Amino acid sequence: MGEPQALQDRGGFCKIADRVGRLGNRAAAFRVIGDRMIEVSGLTKRYGDVVAVSDLSFRVVAGEILGFLGPNGAGKTTTMRIIAGFIAPTAGTAAVLGHDVGREPLAARQALGYLPEGAPSWPEMTPRSFLAFIADVRGLKGEQRRRRLADTVDRLGLGPVLDQTIDTLSKGFKRRVGLAQAIVHDPPVLVLDEPTDGLDPNQKHEVRTLISEMAPGKTIVISTHILEEVDAVCTRAIIVAHGRLLVDERPAVLQARSRYHNAVTLTVAEPADLPHIAAALRAAPGVGDVEVDLRDGRLTALPAPGQLPLAAVSELASREHWNLHELRLEAGRLDEVFRSVTSAAEQAP
Amino acid sequence: MNGLRAIYQRELASYFATPLAYVFIVIFLLLAGALTFSLGGFYERGQADLAPFFSFHPWLYLFLVPAVAMRLWAEERRSGSIELLLTLPVRPGVAVAAKFLAGLTFIGVALALTFPVWITVNYLGSPDNGAIVAGYVGSLLMAGGFLAVGSCLSAATRSQVIAFILTVVVCFLLLLAGFPLVLDVFRGWAPAPLLDAVASLSFLTHFQAISKGVLDLRDLLYFIMTIGVWLYATTLVLELRKAD
Repeated sequence: MGEPQALQDRGGFCKIADRVGRLGNRAAAFRVIGDRMIEVSGLTKRYGDVVAVSDLSFRVVAGEILGFLGPNGAGKTTTMRIIAGFIAPTAGTAAVLGHDVGREPLAARQALGYLPEGAPSWPEMTPRSFLAFIADVRGLKGEQRRRRLADTVDRLGLGPVLDQTIDTLSKGFKRRVGLAQAIVHDPPVLVLDEPTDGLDPNQKHEVRTLISEMAPGKTIVISTHILEEVDAVCTRAIIVAHGRLLVDERPAVLQARSRYHNAVTLTVAEPADLPHIAAALRAAPGVGDVEVDLRDGRLTALPAPGQLPLAAVSELASREHWNLHELRLEAGRLDEVFRSVTSAAEQAP
Repeated sequence: MNGLRAIYQRELASYFATPLAYVFIVIFLLLAGALTFSLGGFYERGQADLAPFFSFHPWLYLFLVPAVAMRLWAEERRSGSIELLLTLPVRPGVAVAAKFLAGLTFIGVALALTFPVWITVNYLGSPDNGAIVAGYVGSLLMAGGFLAVGSCLSAATRSQVIAFILTVVVCFLLLLAGFPLVLDVFRGWAPAPLLDAVASLSFLTHFQAISKGVLDLRDLLYFIMTIGVWLYATTLVLELRKAD
């Protein structure tokens, strides 16, 4: 007879626990909106037997600029398309500002500015009619619409080309029109798929500057395979390969993973000096290995694990009166980290 | 509603931003006129009606509407702008409807420009203008049916040429579903109800009823439902294949 009573009590307790839990969930929901601008969890996308994205999870908090790195075909574009709501994941979820992209697609898309790969648009339109169209679809009206359009045109310097058809614009301007389209509605979150791909170095620099200028008050995800970009604009970097997350770190920490981190590079004035300077460096304390670049007359003294060879090397150089053009400390090379991380993944997929 | 109106306006403007619109309208008007007066024997019949005019519409539409429909989605897929369009805060069904309505408006403009034929027949005699209005309504609905078929097949491919050819073939079969060419395939093995069902799908049968001035609710519903079904199919095809 006592057992049903006990069960009933437990039922009552469960109800209370449930309520407490729900309150907790509500608090969590507020936190989601506060600092989880983008949340991706367990994301998987398969095309038949091909796995494009595999159990990918990450979170982007307010104010971050996340560099999304990976070799071509790593699943970057697929992930961004899922966040933008263009394709549905096979498993897992993605949410923008707490709105699940599958269950609340319109709310998620309204909070998001998205630049698809290659910045597609309609070539027969002019930037003016194109941006007006985007503003209309996004429901901007009246004074706000006029202000947002003027601000966007101004910010991206589209004034001189407003009434030219888009197919007559240079690649750099086409890309700016694509960026303009993404920020017309002043979204809190921007997702930019390869914003500088295919541009010349000047245009790349321009677009990068524009992105840095947009950054205050926004959360941005940029996919790229250009590493200087990460250094230039990002506060955090993620490296993916074969759809898997390999690294999630601040760019400085990422650089520190390089074997060139804390290495010392010397450029020798007289190529004839190279052999004996290299030999002396190898014997110096704190130096693990020495790389010789005969073409440039450059020597790089790599640190032994946990060592800082700079002091020893510079002292040696002044004591021996080496004739040097340059002696500098390396912060680490991102491209080398990128290659070592992604090629390790290549060997063990 | 924002999305529907904005996309509709953008699409409609894009027709007139390329030579396609003018080529289409000129060819449509030339062919409609030529067929009515030469092959249709408009004068020789000595009757004040537009039967010869409307009777050629199914055949005109068979080639001209797929030409309008082929670019609806195939072009967006080829150029990648589909990714932009479908990541805007708009439901895919709304985008499909907006594009369809823009295409239909465009064809409607071409159709409206045939008004001199109407004036001519009123000048020559005293036709039943109610029947002529019915004919125009039926003609536009039939064009809508073709356009909806074309929209769906255009969504299934990124090649406009393939979209065009498939649409012509499917529209041809739908047009003649009530005629021996199609029915003979089913005759002999299919049960009578299926045979009747196939026959009742014929665009031509339904259109001929309307163009004679008989605005039967069933014929109107037939075209409206055909349009609805094919547009719904367009949405499904897009959901499945938009990223390919």
